[in-house]
Amino acid sequence: MSLRSARTTPSYGSLLLRGLLAGLIAGLLAGVFAYATGESRIDAAIAIEEAAAHAAAPGAADDGHHDEELVSRTGQKGGLFLATALYGVAMGGLLATAYTLLRRRLRTPSDTRAVFGLAAAALVGIVLVPFGKYPANPPAVGDPATINQRTIAWVSIVVIGLVAVWAGVVAARAPRSGAPEWLRAAAALAGFLVVVAIGYVLLPTVDEVPAAFPASLLWTFRLASLGTQVTLWTMLGLAFAALLHRLRRDVPAEAEAVAV
Amino acid sequence: MSNLSNTPSVRPLDQPAVSARVLWTAAGVGSLLLLLAYLVAFDQGAVSQGGMYLHELLHDGRHLLGVPCH
Repeated sequence: MSLRSARTTPSYGSLLLRGLLAGLIAGLLAGVFAYATGESRIDAAIAIEEAAAHAAAPGAADDGHHDEELVSRTGQKGGLFLATALYGVAMGGLLATAYTLLRRRLRTPSDTRAVFGLAAAALVGIVLVPFGKYPANPPAVGDPATINQRTIAWVSIVVIGLVAVWAGVVAARAPRSGAPEWLRAAAALAGFLVVVAIGYVLLPTVDEVPAAFPASLLWTFRLASLGTQVTLWTMLGLAFAALLHRLRRDVPAEAEAVAV
Repeated sequence: MSNLSNTPSVRPLDQPAVSARVLWTAAGVGSLLLLLAYLVAFDQGAVSQGGMYLHELLHDGRHLLGVPCH
């Protein structure tokens, strides 16, 4: 009897709640990383942006450049944590939802590995694949006139990244049963790379970095952005797996108590 | 695997199918979560109804999360 209750799957609601909580934790930690590594770079980039604006329109400099500034720089630095926390909560809920829908298709008896697999898939599909085509840009980089095209292209590469991961999984499972593991790995890599290559070739190239923008600042900013997102997904995977483990551990005990 | 002892012997095929009710709930919740992500990543007042205030407040996070921004 207790063996059957040990197999009881947690409800979607209880999974979702833990996903949202894990997302909040991961988002705040990503915010700490972003604050520590990225804020000084954003400040430096904004200084360059403002210097360029002043050079372009010297007369406008004294008209109160800070007019219409809705949120101060200090406010934006606090808003950073709100942004990463909200984003983390959204991604945590989506991870829990994906886990609920896909758990039985993930061929591992370990719930922890199932979570890690999904988080790794998201990291590759949502972060790494897009970063290869459209890396993050600091303020002062990017032409406001092309923001709509760039946004559509960026969303497209995120979708393509997720499709590429899916294609890799499908390819890994395509060889007949009993096929050697290296063959499955090679098939997965091929399936993934074909989709990524198609996406990279078809989507437009964007290079709007001003010639005078410091290369080292661009590099450190992009590294900070990448680190922020890697932190978010790593911590999200760990936190969700940990909360799920606690849930799993509690379920049989409760069920047994009821049975007795 | 060292953790074999404390892992319940759940094989993938033992996992129950997802019911239609859970599927619809998941679709609804998933849409709301995507809307939340949209709010952080792209909204310029159309959803938040607060003008550009939220957009500006979340400015740094957007840049560091790799979302295209101005």
